[in-house]
Amino acid sequence: MNDLGLTPFLVLSAFLFACGILCFLTKRNAIGLLMGVELVLNAANLNFVAFARYVPEFKLEGQVFAVIVIVLAAAEAAVALAIFLNFYNNHAGVDVDEAKDLKG
Amino acid sequence: MAEVLFAIVALATGGSALGVVLSRSIVRAAVWLLFTLVGVSLTYFLLGAEFLGAAQLIVYVGGTLVLVVFGVMLTSGGPNQGFRPKKLEWFMAGSLATALFTLLVVGSLGLATPTSGDGELPGTGPLGLSFLGIPEPGRPSGSAFLLPFEIVSVHLLVVLIAAAYLARAKRRVGGTTEPGGPP
Repeated sequence: MNDLGLTPFLVLSAFLFACGILCFLTKRNAIGLLMGVELVLNAANLNFVAFARYVPEFKLEGQVFAVIVIVLAAAEAAVALAIFLNFYNNHAGVDVDEAKDLKG
Repeated sequence: MAEVLFAIVALATGGSALGVVLSRSIVRAAVWLLFTLVGVSLTYFLLGAEFLGAAQLIVYVGGTLVLVVFGVMLTSGGPNQGFRPKKLEWFMAGSLATALFTLLVVGSLGLATPTSGDGELPGTGPLGLSFLGIPEPGRPSGSAFLLPFEIVSVHLLVVLIAAAYLARAKRRVGGTTEPGGPP
């Protein structure tokens, strides 16, 4: 575990990030978009923890930021689902292409 | 040994992330997301961040994913349930994601692993002390995380109250309620 190096974790995190981007570019379901956002946040978190493990100055900071990101992701998921439920009540579906009520 | 473990965990994580992207049904995507989150927490354990791995399992897998599954159940049955994007959209999105992935991989291959000292991550004790505002020994006294901790906790409280307010029970629309207005 000690000799694995920083790069494999960064590559895995880049893959998760690309999957998240692809997810919220190709899905129409709003909850699918939320899943893409979760993937991107997890990729960022993995970067934080990998840097905390391998850069001595960031040992504590990386973990602290990762905890904060996890909590904020939970808050974001709660608000997003509340908004999607409202949207579902008003539009009978969660297709994000129908969310154009504010379009001028 | 560590390489083999990391390879297994990384393959499982990346494969289930691909499953999230490629699965047509949103329920299957949620299940693939479960495996991805568990894989990320296993990666945290491999990195030596046990507290973060446990927090990931508890908060993400136990909390956020359950919220997502509830959202899937409460909003299912829409007309575009199995909607597939067009070929052109796949092409554009895929090329953008591939470009980003290549960029990030090239950037991270250029980074050398810093030669660290002892290498072990601090455990739960120093983490909790620094969240309580007590800095590490040898650090200046302003370098702890009491204020971010308080901000995040108050933020979480406010956000959860707001979410409960937003998601309160309302009538289903048949064109009678005005959208966005109070019930």
